[in-house]
Amino acid sequence: MSRKVKKKFANTIFNLYGILVYAFLYIPVIVMVAFSFNDSVNNTVWKGFTTEWYGKLMRDGEIWEVLGTTVLIAVFSTVVAVVLGTVGAVGMSRVKFPGKKIISTLLYVPIIIPEIVLAVATLLVIKKAGMGLGMLAMTLGNVTLILPYVFITVKSRLAGMDTSIEEASLDLGANRLYTFLHVTLPNIMPGVVSGGFMAFTLAFGDLVIVSFLANATSVTLPMKVYSQLKRGIRPEINALSTVILICFLVIIGSYKLAGIILEASRKKKLEEEIEREKEKDSKPGMA
Amino acid sequence: MKIIANADYVKRKKKSRLSQVFMCAPLTVWVVALILLPLLYLLFMSFMTKGPMGTVKYIFSVESYIRILEPEYFNVVKKSVFIAAISTLACVLVGYPMAYFIASKKKISGTLMLMMMLPFWTCALVTIYSFVIMFSNSGLVNTFLMKLGIIHEPISLLYNNFSVAVGMVYELLPFAVMPMYSSIEKMDKSLIEASKDLGAGPVRTFLQVTLPLTKPGIFAAVILTFIPCIGYYMITDMLGGGTTMLIGNVIYNQFTSARDWPFGAALSCILAAVILILMYVYTKFGGDLDDLGA
Repeated sequence: MSRKVKKKFANTIFNLYGILVYAFLYIPVIVMVAFSFNDSVNNTVWKGFTTEWYGKLMRDGEIWEVLGTTVLIAVFSTVVAVVLGTVGAVGMSRVKFPGKKIISTLLYVPIIIPEIVLAVATLLVIKKAGMGLGMLAMTLGNVTLILPYVFITVKSRLAGMDTSIEEASLDLGANRLYTFLHVTLPNIMPGVVSGGFMAFTLAFGDLVIVSFLANATSVTLPMKVYSQLKRGIRPEINALSTVILICFLVIIGSYKLAGIILEASRKKKLEEEIEREKEKDSKPGMA
Repeated sequence: MKIIANADYVKRKKKSRLSQVFMCAPLTVWVVALILLPLLYLLFMSFMTKGPMGTVKYIFSVESYIRILEPEYFNVVKKSVFIAAISTLACVLVGYPMAYFIASKKKISGTLMLMMMLPFWTCALVTIYSFVIMFSNSGLVNTFLMKLGIIHEPISLLYNNFSVAVGMVYELLPFAVMPMYSSIEKMDKSLIEASKDLGAGPVRTFLQVTLPLTKPGIFAAVILTFIPCIGYYMITDMLGGGTTMLIGNVIYNQFTSARDWPFGAALSCILAAVILILMYVYTKFGGDLDDLGA
């Protein structure tokens, strides 16, 4: 066998492998979507097609309330984590103070210890502080869980940034806040967005932290699903999960699309500018 | 004139000091109040005594730690480590070629990586529950295998170590692929060319060049899968059918039904200690903590 044929063969095997792994990841999702259209209450055998569960979902006030709680906690935690993590990452990279190394190492702890340990520890301290359990406690716990992801992605973005433009801005008389908002932030924005997105995904799906810190009235979707497991998940939940999946796909799709359009328009502008410069350059030659 | 300029300089310096404090203080306070303090308090709690009716008596004791050594709990610890080790191994073995595959498709590797996260963009528990549907006796997998004539009666795929490990791998594979992908991507590709030019075959090149260079990524993947595996009580609950208990389940019970806080805290501390030792080894190996979060 020639080397080229061999390489092609290896490539095909590799592609097949990739498809297989994606299949492993996607088949359970496809099953989930399929069973949201299944004409049977018990969610195990395929009986026939129906959209009944979507109708029931629309009329189910309780489920929407649960979803509302979940989204509220996830959004609020993400906002707090993004602000805290971004400002903190910029500060930590520019300022030296005693104990900085310890603080930045401690920030990795929520990633490296099991979620359940963090949940237990947070619960103990919140109880000790005399604070009640519920939405606020859940948000505090969630922020701690997702903060490191924002911090790390922003930090790695900062490492690749040219600090001299910040100094230039400060030298030209802009204050720290102005420099942060108009120079630093636009430069690290991709890191902030991807860190924030990761943070939201984790906060939205979190079960462990929130179930330790919840009270009777604050139930999130993962908690609700978990409580149904013993009797089997109801098809409405499948329908809701499908709706959530579509929402996520739409948001990500439009974000990607906006990025492509923005990039294209920027390219066009740049080309036009180059064109203009060229014209300017060629004019004196003509005269 | 000079004095005025100097005063201006001092004023500006003071102002910048203030803004520096403003930038670092909130994060520092958060880390101390919600990471450091809780962990120290957890450690403290693990040395307390259990009181009647789920209360805590503030008397020093190591009773909780001794209880962990009782066979009932020690077996749980052993089993947890066993299942976590199997799941981690599977994640790395499946994930490494996948990371390589994604890194080799340079133009679309970002999209491919994002596509791995798709199962997280819904209710993750529901997708895990799909395995209950697929693995049941009359489920997809058994029906498929019987139609093909490979088996004649349904094999039990559900409620055993196998189904728990599959669930863990499903939940954690993206977190294993991520750090391995980033270390493969960072690797200097010319070294592979050099190895090939010097006459080494693909196997030897892989074992002696690629693998050593991507070792930090592999180790990061091991940490990122092994740690959650030990604590994910919901997966064992769903796919282990109540017969498989892991440390996570025991800790969860101490704070819900058993109401023995010091014992739950002691178990958590042991778990945290094991992880911190692992992390120490990881950084000694030349691992970068940042690879764990990106």
